[in-house]
Amino acid sequence: MTRSCWLLAAVLLVGIIVVVASPQDDSIAKLTSGEIERGRQMFVAHCAVCHGIEGTGERGPSLNHPSLSRVADDRALFSLIQNGVEGSEMPGAWQLSGREVWQVAGYVRSLGRTAPVKLPGDPSNGRRLYESNGCAGCHIVRGSGGVLGPELTEIGARRSAGYLHTALVDPSSATPAGYVVARVTTRDNKKIWGLRANEDSFTIQLRDSAGRFHSFRKADLIELKKDFKAELMPSYRDAFNRSEMDDLVAYLASLRGDK
Amino acid sequence: MKLLRALTMAGCLLAAGIATAQVPYKRIVGASSEPASWLTYSGNYQAHRFSPLNQITPRNASQLKLAWVYQINGRGRFETSPLVADGVMYVTEPPTKVTALDLRTGRPLWSWQRPLPLLLKTIGFGPTNRGVAILDDTLFVGTLDAHLIALDAKSGAVRWDTPVGDNNTGHAITAAPLAIDGKVIVGISGGEAGIRGFLDAYDAKTGKLAWRLWTIPGPGEPGHDTWSGDAWKTGGAPTWVTGSYDPDLNLIYWGTGNPGPDWNGDVRPGDNLYSCSLLAIDASTGKLKWYFQFTPHDVHDWDATEIPVLLDGRVGGRLRKLVAMANRNAFFYVLDRETGEFLQGTTYAKQTWAKGLDAKGRPVVLPNTEPTVEGNLVYPSLQGATNWFSPSYNPQTKTFYVAVREMGAYYYKGEAEYKPGTFFAGGGERALEGDKAWGAIRALDVETGKMKWEFRLQSPPWSGVMATAGGIVFGGSTEGNFYALDAANGKPLWDFQTGGPMASNPVGFMIDGKQHVAMASGHALFVFGLPEAVTPLKSRVRK
Repeated sequence: MTRSCWLLAAVLLVGIIVVVASPQDDSIAKLTSGEIERGRQMFVAHCAVCHGIEGTGERGPSLNHPSLSRVADDRALFSLIQNGVEGSEMPGAWQLSGREVWQVAGYVRSLGRTAPVKLPGDPSNGRRLYESNGCAGCHIVRGSGGVLGPELTEIGARRSAGYLHTALVDPSSATPAGYVVARVTTRDNKKIWGLRANEDSFTIQLRDSAGRFHSFRKADLIELKKDFKAELMPSYRDAFNRSEMDDLVAYLASLRGDK
Repeated sequence: MKLLRALTMAGCLLAAGIATAQVPYKRIVGASSEPASWLTYSGNYQAHRFSPLNQITPRNASQLKLAWVYQINGRGRFETSPLVADGVMYVTEPPTKVTALDLRTGRPLWSWQRPLPLLLKTIGFGPTNRGVAILDDTLFVGTLDAHLIALDAKSGAVRWDTPVGDNNTGHAITAAPLAIDGKVIVGISGGEAGIRGFLDAYDAKTGKLAWRLWTIPGPGEPGHDTWSGDAWKTGGAPTWVTGSYDPDLNLIYWGTGNPGPDWNGDVRPGDNLYSCSLLAIDASTGKLKWYFQFTPHDVHDWDATEIPVLLDGRVGGRLRKLVAMANRNAFFYVLDRETGEFLQGTTYAKQTWAKGLDAKGRPVVLPNTEPTVEGNLVYPSLQGATNWFSPSYNPQTKTFYVAVREMGAYYYKGEAEYKPGTFFAGGGERALEGDKAWGAIRALDVETGKMKWEFRLQSPPWSGVMATAGGIVFGGSTEGNFYALDAANGKPLWDFQTGGPMASNPVGFMIDGKQHVAMASGHALFVFGLPEAVTPLKSRVRK
């Protein structure tokens, strides 16, 4: 065999290995609901011990988000489940077949992600309403907006249309977990409030409505109050008619983190 | 006076430039009278994790300053509890590495790393290691692929390498071994992989197996009838946290883990001995002297692998030799350590699974507290009211300090099919997280079980505590705070943000005659002392 033939053979062999070993990007899309269910069962058996039974996280990170920070795409998710994260507590799922890894990956992708549904409203008019009613003053969509409220870039993938409607008409019933407003009084009697950016046993950090950060040692405060059901957002129950509300919900539901 | 003698001895050793560890058994027995060193996992055989040093006090603790930091390269949780002997600190790094550090500067003197197989199995826990044991001039370390290795303390050269279990079936070692007179005791991990647990003793010189105690009795042995069918073969009861030792009684005290599968007890009806138990074992023969089971037929993963603390106290009307354990199931137990007799049991954290304990210490389990397919809310969470991280006991004030996790969880029951080398858990949990969970350091009176004080932590901790004769309790938080509390009342005296989550245990020792404390956080080890302790380096010659 000539050198070029050897090279061709080697390339073909590598190609075959790559084809056999590398997962297809669209494998999650091809999974049936039965296979997702099988993925759930394997997740409960192998993964829930660290990631929580519904991917809510405990020792391992929570997985119930539309996008996962460690994996850019489905292929990366497949690889992470199959191989683990070297040096971390995440082991490789060596015991699972490739198909089974895809089934687990499919279930993980379904966690915290709503299915796209057809809604009655007009999303483009919803967007106009969003922009003309000051929503962007408090919320970020694709990098633009205020910081007082939660980012909404992928809110449609996280929340159902019904939840989004409730959040607009009765915001206090839809405060997301971890969204805490803290009000502090310093020793020189300054009163400052803001969103809790972080907290440990000795200190707390706040971000006020102007986006400024404040840092306090708890021992230096006369008062520290935390409001887990903060009502910073007004109800839009009377601000829109039914058709406009449908439009706004349709716009928010269309925000699925797509680039 | 003892302290002065020890200080003088440490000073002489340093003046002579001796930096070679020679730690005979008798030195470990007398560890409490040698506070400049930290010679065994929990500080002494009684597992007090108490530093008899008293230079750092509530008056000066606010002045604590960083002496040095040692950063590691490997990932995985840095859970080491260092040993300190003769000017050298020995730490373990994830996944399985031992490094000797110059005690004055933190500069590495040597490192040894175990090459691990590609298909390493760490089922139910992360790739970590909690420490070494030392005896004479040899270090002992367990590996994630379940070997016990003896290393030359001067160089890190391997003296012997003994396989303890088969990693293909989920066996692994994360615990620090316990070195006693001529023997090395080592526990095994694998409670989520359906192993049959055991505790081993090896000859310290040769690495040959001296004895093995199976923690699940085989056919014909007492306790075997607490299992049904073949469930005992995959019943768990691992021994994954270092125990304690009474040299006078020659008894080893070692906790055992959960029965397997964890959350589905249907396949293993019965009490499942000796899971979730404390075992008292004859150190010479490995024979079981007595046992006490805290959680019969556990279905919440409440391992009894917490530290058994040996102390003397007046409980039940007379002075006795006692063993105390703050158990993962939220009860604080005091037993007679000669007989195993249950003397006292009190709750030290929120629990919703038991009405209480009966006269023999057996829990009176409330109905509807088992995991279900739909999920069932029970306190504590599967991580327990406390966990592997160490408590501390001050024998001078008879106070027991414990890091507490106040957290509930929805427990789920799932299918459990045993396949070698895979998870054998049968369910899981959804813990109440965020602000619904919190933590605390609690001071308990061992003779009454009553709480003296608590210091509240932002979230459930993964780090242990160390009390000192100077009246301080040191600890670490999940948010990275290394802190000092006033041991008398729990008031915070000092804290330092280390910048990473802490999941380790503090240790105390001296550098050049000055008290220091060390604790791992994130991927670094932090050492603190009082400002005057940070003295200019004087060059000296090592032999």
